[in-house]
Amino acid sequence: MAYVPLADQELELHHPHSWVTKYVWSQDHKVIAIQYGGTAIAVGLVALVLSLLMRMQLGFPETFDLIDPNSYYQSVTMHGMIMVIYLLTALFLGGFGNYLIPLMCGARDMVFPFMNMLSYWVYLVSVIILMASFFVGGGPTGAGWTLYPPQTSLAGTPGHDMGIVLMLISLAVFIVAFTMGGLNYVVTVLQYRCRGLTMMRLPLSIWGIFVATVLGLFAFPALLVAAIMMLFDTLLGTSFFMPAVIESGTALDYEGGSPILFQHLFWFFGHPEVYIVALPAFGLVSDVLSTHARKNIFGYRMMVWAIIVIGLLSFIVWAHHMYVSGMHPYFGFFFATTTLIIAVPTALKVYNWVLTLWEGDLRMNAPMYFAIGFIFTFIHGGLTGLFLGNVVIDLPLSDTYFVVAHFHMVMGVSPVLVLFAALYHWFPKMSGRMYHEGMAKLHFWCTFLGTYAIYLPMHYLGIHGVPRRYYALGTTEFMVPATQDANTAITIAALFVGASQLLFFINIFWSLRSGKKADPNPWGANTLEWQTPETPPIHGNWGDKLPTVYRWAYDYSVPGAHEDFIPQNTPESEEPTVDAEHFDPDHDTSKADL
Amino acid sequence: MSEAAATGAAPAEGMTGLVDDWAADKQTYHVPWGKAMMWIFLVSDTFIFTCFLTGYLNVRMTTTDPWPPQSEIFALSFGGAPIPLILIAIMTFVLITSSGTMALAVNYGYRRDKFKTVVFICLTALFGATFVGMQAFEWTKLIVDEGVRPWGNPFGAAQFGSVFFMVTGFHGLHVSAGVIYLLWVARRIWVGYYDKKGYEIVEIAGLYWHFVDLVWVFIFAFFYLL
Repeated sequence: MAYVPLADQELELHHPHSWVTKYVWSQDHKVIAIQYGGTAIAVGLVALVLSLLMRMQLGFPETFDLIDPNSYYQSVTMHGMIMVIYLLTALFLGGFGNYLIPLMCGARDMVFPFMNMLSYWVYLVSVIILMASFFVGGGPTGAGWTLYPPQTSLAGTPGHDMGIVLMLISLAVFIVAFTMGGLNYVVTVLQYRCRGLTMMRLPLSIWGIFVATVLGLFAFPALLVAAIMMLFDTLLGTSFFMPAVIESGTALDYEGGSPILFQHLFWFFGHPEVYIVALPAFGLVSDVLSTHARKNIFGYRMMVWAIIVIGLLSFIVWAHHMYVSGMHPYFGFFFATTTLIIAVPTALKVYNWVLTLWEGDLRMNAPMYFAIGFIFTFIHGGLTGLFLGNVVIDLPLSDTYFVVAHFHMVMGVSPVLVLFAALYHWFPKMSGRMYHEGMAKLHFWCTFLGTYAIYLPMHYLGIHGVPRRYYALGTTEFMVPATQDANTAITIAALFVGASQLLFFINIFWSLRSGKKADPNPWGANTLEWQTPETPPIHGNWGDKLPTVYRWAYDYSVPGAHEDFIPQNTPESEEPTVDAEHFDPDHDTSKADL
Repeated sequence: MSEAAATGAAPAEGMTGLVDDWAADKQTYHVPWGKAMMWIFLVSDTFIFTCFLTGYLNVRMTTTDPWPPQSEIFALSFGGAPIPLILIAIMTFVLITSSGTMALAVNYGYRRDKFKTVVFICLTALFGATFVGMQAFEWTKLIVDEGVRPWGNPFGAAQFGSVFFMVTGFHGLHVSAGVIYLLWVARRIWVGYYDKKGYEIVEIAGLYWHFVDLVWVFIFAFFYLL
């Protein structure tokens, strides 16, 4: 039987009737997106508070008695795990993926809305399990976010009994949730686009989210297996990851396991995870930059291929996290080479963002501030990545604050700046109201300058050899006396940045109630989500008729057009195009005198 | 964009077909959503089993104790003479047979032969349940009679038991889930749920079932034979 694509079918929609089916057990991708986003941000605030507790300890040792060494390690662990997985992954894919994929693809919803709803509720369960570990005996695990065995299960590590078990179960449950959502995102992008929307006309946001989801579907299995094996080790006393261990003079029952195996499994997940967070950020920031610069994205095809190549390469670089674990020099050579090769498509993207801004008609709205801020922090964090990718430079810098500074710049601050850019950019569509521009800009400057004040000094601390994960540094010979001063300064900056995030929440809550009513397309953007009949879009998104796409997403400032943007669903007969697919370099109209 | 997608004409072959598919609007693959989703899920699941088997090979190298002789442990005695791996051989035969009946079910599904489709799906589920039953027998024998535990066993490396219970257990869960899935599909076909929508669901369930069989072949080769 011939299969009829959905864009050609008449569709019956099941509209929800009660408040509960509309907002709680909702199968609408937009509601699920907001549920995902709200939960992720809430749990992210927990992680933010944990980081401030750590900074209080480091900045003012022996002044505040907030945490002891055990809870310091627990804070490190939970802060890292929550930020990377439960906040960034969930917010980019569960939040923005859910919201934007059906809208930008011109679809009515995800392909399997029920499974999509299940994905959120299972995610919520994983968050609850994770939070439960704060309340069990022994507290959450303090093994570090990488959970390296054998120390995860040894008596000296806080949370070695219940904490680690809950952490592993929570991760496994999260992976189930992600798989249900992720399959939906991938199949929706592949199979549920509207008429005229080819893959090469998709906005880069969708490309980033799509490739990141594919990475997730192939990387999370390694973490799932590692979690199951470690659960066996912890609960059943098997020795997958546990070598023979002598603890306080007594030999434990473990024998013959391989701690390195865990590291391989963990980082086979862990490195693609970096790009699971980064690729959606790349995509979203491309759309924000292009829209507010009133210019087409520079090198659209190059950007798409860069996303794909980065995604592929991310699976063969994982051992660069394990240089100090010891490996054959040829392996070190291999992984250093692949790592440095990733810098090529990544740098390409950075050049293209900058060239998109070049001679653009920049509209300096708050999302644009955050997007440009991202370019700075990302270049910064990316360059230190080149240092750490080389084996010989990594060895002395490993486990120092240089590493902390690097990954916070590149996958902490940078994606978070994009998140804020995207939240401000799409807030008018999601809520139907405008945010407060001044407050948003103040929020940007506090966050941007504040994070530099936090992480720049950390590079110097790292080069001086200040080790990470230490509860207190005490009087250590090789450290310069200024170390403590720097730490104090960093802590003050961190408290400032933490507090200034209140601006964001005040802005959002104030705007939801009393913000100016938003225009359906306040930025003059081309992508489909701004062309919905209602703002915010209602269930089913498009009214009676699905949209038809006639052009790429980046027809900004096209010479001869009536306005400086042409929405994707404007027919070619009405407006000209400089679509990459129709671009003729001999008749380059974009260079014509404007 | 591809005209084939719009007109329903046969897609082009080879590289041209690939380019056409990916350059098309609306959809990349000419398959229902559920089938595309199942394929992607199966690739993801392949990664899970690959990680399990890689982990197994790794601990088999790192363990300091000798690896137990699997062919003797998994032998059954008939009339006094132990036959190595006989139970596993039967289990493998049953599972592979079930792939055959599943293929028949898919075939009858596309012919819209409701009765035979349901019969062959149920037969497949029955073979699957038999497999799980035999696995339960194998587990009982190992645990009760031979004293194999996840954390240790009398034959040698403790990791033998750990890997055995983890990998066959995870696979057994897949088969059990598959049996439930098949019965659910069979029931829905029987009550006429797919009469209008088409019987692609049989093929989708079949994909999962063949995958579970294929994984078993690898487990058989790597764990029982190697």
